[in-house]
Amino acid sequence: MARVILALLSAAIVTGCASTPAAKPAEKAHAAPIPVSSNPYPSTYRPRKVAPTLIRGATVLTGTGERLDDADVLIVDNRIQAVGRALQAPADAQVVDGHGRWVTPGLIDVHSHLGVYPSPGVRGNSDGNEASNPVTANVWAEHSVWPQDPGFTTARIGGITAMQILPGSANLIGGRSVVLKNVPSVTYQGMKFPGAPYGLKMACGENPKRVYGSEKKFPETRMGNVAGYRAQWIEAQEYIRDQDEYQRKLAAGDKDPKPVKRDLRLDTLAGVLRGEILVHQHCYRADEMATIIDMSKEFNYHVSAFHHASEAYKISNLLAENHICGAMWADWWGFKMESYDGIPENIALVDAASGGCAIVHSDSEEGIQRLNQEAGKAMTVGRRAGLTITPEHAITWLTANPAKSLGILDKTGTLEAGKMADVVVWNHDPFSVYALTDLVFVDGVVQYDREHPTAPVSDFMLGQPSGPGVAP
Amino acid sequence: MRQLLSLLLAVGVIGSASADSFLIKNATVHTMSAAGTQEGADILITDGRIAAIGRGVQAPAGAQVIDANGHPVTPGLFGGLTHLGLEEIGLEPSVDDYALKLGNMRPEFDVTLAFDPASAVVGVGRVAGVTFAMLTPSAEEGRGNQPGGTIIAGQGSVVALDGAPTTYSRALFLDFGGDASGLAGGTRAAEFMLLKQAFTEVRSPKSLLPDDQRVLTPAGRQALGEFIGGAGVFVFNVDRASDILQVLAFAQKEKLRIAISGGAEAWRVSGQLAAAKVPVIIDALADLPGTFDAVGATLENAARLSKAGVRVAFTLDSTEPHNIRKLRQTAGVAVAHGLPWDAGLAGLTRVPAEIFGVADRFGTIERGRAADLVLWSGDPLDVTSLPDRVFIAGKLQSDRSRQTELRDRYLERVRNGTAR
Repeated sequence: MARVILALLSAAIVTGCASTPAAKPAEKAHAAPIPVSSNPYPSTYRPRKVAPTLIRGATVLTGTGERLDDADVLIVDNRIQAVGRALQAPADAQVVDGHGRWVTPGLIDVHSHLGVYPSPGVRGNSDGNEASNPVTANVWAEHSVWPQDPGFTTARIGGITAMQILPGSANLIGGRSVVLKNVPSVTYQGMKFPGAPYGLKMACGENPKRVYGSEKKFPETRMGNVAGYRAQWIEAQEYIRDQDEYQRKLAAGDKDPKPVKRDLRLDTLAGVLRGEILVHQHCYRADEMATIIDMSKEFNYHVSAFHHASEAYKISNLLAENHICGAMWADWWGFKMESYDGIPENIALVDAASGGCAIVHSDSEEGIQRLNQEAGKAMTVGRRAGLTITPEHAITWLTANPAKSLGILDKTGTLEAGKMADVVVWNHDPFSVYALTDLVFVDGVVQYDREHPTAPVSDFMLGQPSGPGVAP
Repeated sequence: MRQLLSLLLAVGVIGSASADSFLIKNATVHTMSAAGTQEGADILITDGRIAAIGRGVQAPAGAQVIDANGHPVTPGLFGGLTHLGLEEIGLEPSVDDYALKLGNMRPEFDVTLAFDPASAVVGVGRVAGVTFAMLTPSAEEGRGNQPGGTIIAGQGSVVALDGAPTTYSRALFLDFGGDASGLAGGTRAAEFMLLKQAFTEVRSPKSLLPDDQRVLTPAGRQALGEFIGGAGVFVFNVDRASDILQVLAFAQKEKLRIAISGGAEAWRVSGQLAAAKVPVIIDALADLPGTFDAVGATLENAARLSKAGVRVAFTLDSTEPHNIRKLRQTAGVAVAHGLPWDAGLAGLTRVPAEIFGVADRFGTIERGRAADLVLWSGDPLDVTSLPDRVFIAGKLQSDRSRQTELRDRYLERVRNGTAR
C-alpha cells in the first residue's frame, strides 16, 4: 500500500547551449518529481488461516483493567471475537481447557535489541549502534535485524507477541525503530507489524557524550547534547517548510518549482514533526526529561515514552500531564551515575500519578523472557509502599500501555472483540516466578505450545550441541 | 578461615540496631541443615546466636516477640560472586576497584582491601534479605596502550552485609575459555600454558627462570603457593563443556580444590563434575548462546546438574553488585524449570557457604550458630515475596536503605500530585 507522494528529489538538468551566442542566460528547468514510496520495505506478514479457538473457564486479565474469573476467550479468523462467560464454540473450534490457567493479552516489549544485537554476540553480529556520527536519523533498525536471533524464540516462550526493535543509545538521534510481531520468519519483512507507525530512537545523557566526548568530538556535555538535538529540529522545520512550499507551488500551477533535495535523515525528523513517527527517548534523569519535554514544545512534537527513566518517579505528575509513558525496569540501577537514583518502586510511582502510563520494558534478551516477573516485582514493592495495585491493572504495564506508546493499541494490547488475537495462556498466576506459558497465540495462530515444543526455530541452533528446549 | 579484621565496626549510618533477644514464633523454618524444614516452629535468638529452635519455646524476660504467622524463615541469602562494596557506580573509575590492570599475573592481588562495608549498595542488598556475599575481582582486557588483567583476576573473600569489614575465607578467581583468551595472548590454549608456568614457578623455585621470563612476583609465588596448599578454593570462570573438562583435568593433576563459575554448558559434563565432586556456581537465567562457549545454555542447567549429583549455587552472570537481590529470582526460575525447591534454596544458602568454607558461619539455621536469618512475607523464591525482618549475627537490621529514603521523599509528592 505504498502511498506515493510527489516530491523531493531533483537532479537539475541544464538546458540550452552555452555556445549559442547572444542567447539569454541558460534557463534551468527542473526534472519531473520523482515518486517516493512512503513504505518501501513493506510488511509481508500474513497470519495463517486457522480454525477458531475457544479457551474455556480461565482467569482472564483483559488488559483493559478487568479481571474475569471462569471466563472464555473466543478466537475466530485471527481475531478476538468475544470474551465472557459461557461462550458458544463454533463447530470446528479447538477447545482449550482454561481451568486453573490464566489468560492475558500477548506481552509487548517497547525496548528490545533482539536481531540488532543478537545472540551470539560476536563482532559480525553487532549491528545496533551506528556510532559513527551523533545523529543518524537516516538509519533504520530493520535493516540490521537478523531474524535468526535465537532470542526471538526464547522471548516468544516468555509470552512476547510483539516488540519494538530500537537502535542503540550511542547517538543523540539513533535512527528509526521497527515494531515486529514475534513470529518465525526468514526475513524481517515477514515479522513486521502491519500498520504500526515507525518510532525514532533518541538518547539523553551519558551515552552520547561518552561515546563522542571521549574522542574529543561533539557532544562532550549534556548542554552539547541539547544543542545537538535542537540544530536537527531546526533543519527539519526548514525541510518541511521547503517541501510545503514546493507542494504549494505545484498546487498553484507552477510548472517548474524547484524540488527539495531528498534527505533520509530529514525525512525521518520531518516525520516526527508531522506526527507520523513516534519518539522513544532513552533518558534517566528527571531534570533531563523535563528539558526534553520543553524542547518537544519548542518544536511542537510529542514524546511517546521515556525509556529507562530511572528518575521518572520524581516527575510522575509531569509525565502524566504531558501524556508521556515511562518505560522502566523493575529494579536495575547504579550501573552508571545517571541511574544511581533508580528505585524498585519507580514503575508503581509512575503508575500512581493520575493519568500515569507505566510500562515494563526489558532492553535485554534475558529480561524480555520474563517481563511478567518484572511486573510481579514492581507490583509487590508498590503494594508494600501502600499503593493498591491489582493483577488486572498491573498487566496493562505489559500490554495496553506499551501498545499505546507504539501507536498500535487499536490493533492489539487488550482482549477486546475485533483486535488481533495475540493471547497468552499461563499455567499459573502470571506474576509469579513459577508461571510458565502453556500457549502463545499470535494472530490466533499457536506459535508456542509447551506440551508440544518444536525443533529449534532459529536456523542458528540447528545442529548445535544443544539449544533452548532441546533434550540432552 | 581467617578473620582479617574482626573489629565489628558498625560503620553504617543505617546499620544494626541492638543485641537484644528475639523470639520468632510460629514460623516455617527452612533450616537447610539436617533438621530440614520445621512447621510451626519458634526461633529464640540471644547474644547474636540461635539459642533454640522448636515448638513452644518460651520467651525469656525482655525478649522481643515476633509472630511469623506461619510464614517462612530462611537463612540469610547469598549475594553471589559480586563487586559489592567495590563498585559503587558502574562506568566510574574513581569508585570502581574490582579490576587490576597492571598487565602481569598477580595472584597476591586481594580485592577485599578495597571493600567499603558502608556502601549504599550494601544496604540495598541487606534490606532484600542478602546477608553474605563473595567479593570478587574481575579481569579486564587492556585497551590500546593501557595494560589489562590476566587470567588470574585475584583474591576475594566472603563478607557479611552487616556494615562490618570482617572477611571470611579466601578464594582465587581465574578466567578461562573464549571470553578470557584476550587475557592470554589471544588463545584459550595459552590460558593453561600460562597457568602451568605459574604453578611450576611455585612448585620448583630452584629452577626459576630469569626474572624477566617469570610470570609471578615473589609475593605472587607465595600467594599462589598458599592456595595450592589449601588456603582457599580456586574458582574457574568457564562456560564451554570442553574447557570445563580441561579445567577438571588440570585440577585433578594438581590436586586442587576448585569450583566452576558460569558453567553455561556444565550440564553436558555433569557426570564428570559429580565424580570430581566439583560444585558449579551458575547464572540460572543464562539460556541463550551469548557466546559460542554457551551454545548449550539452557534453563534446565541447574536441574540437570542437581539430578546428576552436582552441588549447585547461584550467582548472576554480571558481577555488577546493584541487583544482587535478583539472585533469589534466578533460583525460582531454576525451580520452575525442574530444580527441586529445596535445592533452589540451598543454592542461595548452604551450598555457597560450603563451597567457600564458611558453612560454620553462614548458610544454615542451627542451634549455637550465628543468627543470620530472614522472615519472609511468602515463598522466598518468588518475586511476589519480600523480607519482613532481616537478622545478621542476631541483630535486627534496619529496613531502611538509600532507596527507601528516595522512595519516601517522592511517594508523598506523587500522592499530592506535585511530583514535577
